[in-house]
Amino acid sequence: MSYCRQEGKDRVIFVTKEDHEAPSNAELIADDPNDPYEDHGLILPSGEINWNCPCLGGMASGPCGEQFKSAFSCFHYSTEEVKGSDCVDKFRSMQECMQRYPELYPQEDESAPQGGDETPSTDPLAHIQDSDQGSASAPEAVLASEDMSSTDHSATS
Amino acid sequence: RSESNPLGIQHERPNAAAMEAPVDALPEIPAHAPYLLIGGGTASFAAARSIRARDPGARVLIVSDESDLPYMRPPLSKELWFSDDPNVTDTLRFKQWNGKERSIYFQPPSFYVSPQELPRVENGGVAVLTGKKVVHVDVRGNKVRLNDDSEISYDKCLVATGGTPRNLQVIERAGEEVQKRTTLFRKIEDFRSLEKISREVKSVTIIGGGFLGSELACAMGRRSNESSLEVIQIFPEKGNMGKVLPEYLSNWTTEKVTKEGVNVMTEAVVKNVSYQDGKVVIKLKDGRVVKTDHIVAAVGLEPNVELAKSAGLEVDSDFGGYRVNAELQARANIWVAGDAACFYDIRLGRRRVEHHDHAVVSGRLAGENMTGANKPYWHQSMFWSDLGPDVGYEAIGIVDSSLPTVGVFAKATAKDTPKAATEQSGTGIRSESETEAVASSEVTPVAAAPREPQQGEEYGKGVIFYLRDKVVVGIILWNVFNRMPIARKIIKDGEEHADLNEVAKLFNIHED
Repeated sequence: MSYCRQEGKDRVIFVTKEDHEAPSNAELIADDPNDPYEDHGLILPSGEINWNCPCLGGMASGPCGEQFKSAFSCFHYSTEEVKGSDCVDKFRSMQECMQRYPELYPQEDESAPQGGDETPSTDPLAHIQDSDQGSASAPEAVLASEDMSSTDHSATS
Repeated sequence: RSESNPLGIQHERPNAAAMEAPVDALPEIPAHAPYLLIGGGTASFAAARSIRARDPGARVLIVSDESDLPYMRPPLSKELWFSDDPNVTDTLRFKQWNGKERSIYFQPPSFYVSPQELPRVENGGVAVLTGKKVVHVDVRGNKVRLNDDSEISYDKCLVATGGTPRNLQVIERAGEEVQKRTTLFRKIEDFRSLEKISREVKSVTIIGGGFLGSELACAMGRRSNESSLEVIQIFPEKGNMGKVLPEYLSNWTTEKVTKEGVNVMTEAVVKNVSYQDGKVVIKLKDGRVVKTDHIVAAVGLEPNVELAKSAGLEVDSDFGGYRVNAELQARANIWVAGDAACFYDIRLGRRRVEHHDHAVVSGRLAGENMTGANKPYWHQSMFWSDLGPDVGYEAIGIVDSSLPTVGVFAKATAKDTPKAATEQSGTGIRSESETEAVASSEVTPVAAAPREPQQGEEYGKGVIFYLRDKVVVGIILWNVFNRMPIARKIIKDGEEHADLNEVAKLFNIHED
């Protein structure tokens, strides 16, 4: 049974698991998926890529940001049977750039990022569930980002 | 300014002279920066990232009066103290319980371009001018002047000057011998200095019972178990976090801090401080005397608004800081973010927030608006505090102990600690901004291990609602983690809820 006490203006309620078993009757307002104020996940309602998505870490903003955006855009809009097969040049260009900054874009054979926080999993401004991204080669890291659901930041329990 | 370039951003097409001149001959400080960010902290870095993501090839210049590249502050009073690496004060790296290691610096030096190269580098970049201070802003002329008299013109400018730790008047009046034994804690150099001092002296006294004071007290208190360091904490309130937590919780927290090895003296107001016989002597108004070797003053932050006068920016008289609108804009082409921004929050009203996640959220938003977005502050930032590895909370909104509160609690088990939270979710360190979290997938409920209730466990875990006119304006998740999205949603809705216990059900506080 729940137990309640009042300490001045502050109310304290103790509840057991059973007390909270029945579903809540609290009403939440339905979210508008096209709310212009809301932060969006990787893909905007318009279908465009949200380069400012925290899920990308610093990939779109670092020294190889332009190459990354170019390659990833190409992949995103590619209608080839093997998606992205028409983007090989752009991915190569991106990898070449990233190889110039090994601190920021750890290469595949490194087991753990040394110092740089460009890749989403180690970036202190990002917070990614897929902890393997740090060691993935760049294009795979890109594809893994794509796999992340366009996150709905409104709360669902 | 034209149709194809509505923001009028000058993407530097280098003139012929610049094309020919070797890099060395370029001025060390560029004459113009399309995006000029004043201040080298979290808000500026977040803005720089946002600008670069949205404006292809953007050239961003950060001007910082610190000698360090942008870094995150929370570990300075938390994780860095718990590291078992003897070189931590050099490396400033720390390992979380889940094994992931990171630096407090947002990016290593190779991420940045030099200020000198910024106008020319092919795809733009972010440059940081360290050790320079902006002392004057000419809003009409769209340019700033530095402390070395050089001038930089801009198209868009961000003021993210943060704040300076406050001091107690009694310490300022106490003379040099006391002042050189007093730390005002904010920066890397303060951490390094205090860390060294904590190994050398016999007694440290922290003045202040809020977040920073309590975290430092716990950090040093834990050290006192291995060394013979005496850690004392004194403050005027009745308990730790007295301005944030309702009294019953503040009392509980104080007991916790005491268990971390801190001698907590509550309801203590400092009357004067002096240096006598090799000791710093603190006399309290009620007659108690504290003799110590070193003082840490953690009594608040004064927002840095020195540029207000020259820039013609409004300063808020209630909250301090530069007054900006919901879109964080102060005046044409000038935005403010972070600790120094007093902004209009559509949902919660005008406020100023001094937390890390807010610096990230507001910096990002300012960067978006500097690149044409025109979005108001809407995604509510959060904050957190850990009192050692066994007690932690996350909070969002207005969390002021003077508001009426409703707390709904279950009993805690070993599973409900910050340490367990990171292990279970594998989602990285507690010092990361939760704002950036991808919404987690369905969490499988695990039944809490049944245990006899024990004394002092009453507030093991739960959720506390802060109310203003019957609307929830703030929420604390007490030892309950990974639920911030639902808390954010409740604040966003701004509804009156007849039964807060029903709202509390949404948090599944009995499960992991």
